[in-house]
Amino acid sequence: MRVFLAIIKRDIKLAAHSIGDMLTLILFFIMVGVLVPIAIGPDKEFLANIAPGIMWIAAFLSSLLALDRIFRPDHEDGSLLAMRHSAISFELIIFAKLIAHWISAILPLILATPMMALMLNMDMRNFINSVISLIVGTPALIAFGAVGAAITVSLKRGGLIAPVLILPLSLPILIFGVSSIKINVGAGTQEAALLILAAISLIAVSLTPFATALALRLTQE
Amino acid sequence: MNKIKQIAPVKKMNWFDKIAHPGQFLIWSRYLILPLIIITITTFIIGLWYAFFNSPEDYQMGNTVRIMYIHVPTAWLSQFIYVMMAISSIGSLVWRHPLADVAMKVAAPLGATFTAMALFTGALWGRPTWGTYWEWDGRMTSTLILLLMYLGLIALWRSFDDQLRAAKLVAIITLVGVINIPIIKFSVDWWNTLHQPSIISSKGISMPPEIYTPLFIMLFAFTMLFILLQTNAMRTEIIRRKADRLMRKKINKNSGAKNNV
Repeated sequence: MRVFLAIIKRDIKLAAHSIGDMLTLILFFIMVGVLVPIAIGPDKEFLANIAPGIMWIAAFLSSLLALDRIFRPDHEDGSLLAMRHSAISFELIIFAKLIAHWISAILPLILATPMMALMLNMDMRNFINSVISLIVGTPALIAFGAVGAAITVSLKRGGLIAPVLILPLSLPILIFGVSSIKINVGAGTQEAALLILAAISLIAVSLTPFATALALRLTQE
Repeated sequence: MNKIKQIAPVKKMNWFDKIAHPGQFLIWSRYLILPLIIITITTFIIGLWYAFFNSPEDYQMGNTVRIMYIHVPTAWLSQFIYVMMAISSIGSLVWRHPLADVAMKVAAPLGATFTAMALFTGALWGRPTWGTYWEWDGRMTSTLILLLMYLGLIALWRSFDDQLRAAKLVAIITLVGVINIPIIKFSVDWWNTLHQPSIISSKGISMPPEIYTPLFIMLFAFTMLFILLQTNAMRTEIIRRKADRLMRKKINKNSGAKNNV
């Protein structure tokens, strides 16, 4: 457990050192929110209607951008190789890294959602729903992303191909994520979507570390 | 074609190792190509003749029902090929079998082609019957996702130089993606959407024999076409890898000699 926490701490510290990256990510997230009203016109009612979808698309794209940061630096400086021979299992280390990545790459985005909500004219209820759905759904996004990142870690062009690989896999998250925000879709649908989203997250987070660890092991063979 | 040098059999090979050895595969699969071509062409001729001239028009859809004879077989293959790739992935990861690597690699473009054909014929069929080329219904969306996955896998294969390592990594993502197959298969039962439910279910076949006879012939013909293309592509890939290896050996030898001088 101590090793586990130490890895989380280390990764967060490293991310905090490159605070510029984090801010760029938030900027990108907000900029998607700026682009959409400009592109489709500032009709407030219409924007409020599509706001849940835009929120998720922005989070989706930003998390894809951050994918390369999960393993690449550690692969290049050899830390991953050292971690494979650590006291705790490699899968557990991957899990710790996923938690750290969520805290350092996704949590800032969620903290930036109030601004997004203002720009897209969301009401309070929609906003709270979208924060809940992002908190519940993004772990799955990271979990699938980690598999893609691990598979492409040895490729120089990995940053381009990993999103293409995991995008189709992540679509269910997007579908249920958006439908867990919309309040006017009929009784019970929203709760059901949130529960399915939670189920996807739990399954993905518990199973993908094994696939990720296997991919990293094979890469370093 | 040049004669491929036969590899001396090792004592402990069982029958499966023997037929699955890449060198052995090249030898015995050579005799498979011609019969497969003959079977495929004959069944296609019979199936297409049935489909065009010897099957009734639908009382609602009229002549457009004949699109089904292409649409259903290609859609079936799109899922079948992915399942085959997933099984090969297991073979590649667990037994590290080179033939499984090759099967997995050459199946991806075939799968992508058949999936694209299924989507295309579906769109052509959808326009006169549903009034739209495309609808975001469960089965269409999940089939489109399948196509995207095939394309992603092809892109991943192409981005690796070392094909041996690529095989293992592609296998992992193929197995992760296999969750999409049951979603496609049961999408018509789970969501009550535009696409009609399966015609072949546990309750029997819900269509008259005049229509399902040509359909089954076409299903068989397309499956044979896939097996033919797959076998041929596997042979090509094995020979290509062999040629690659020999080329590299030659280059190594030459540069080694220069270094000595």
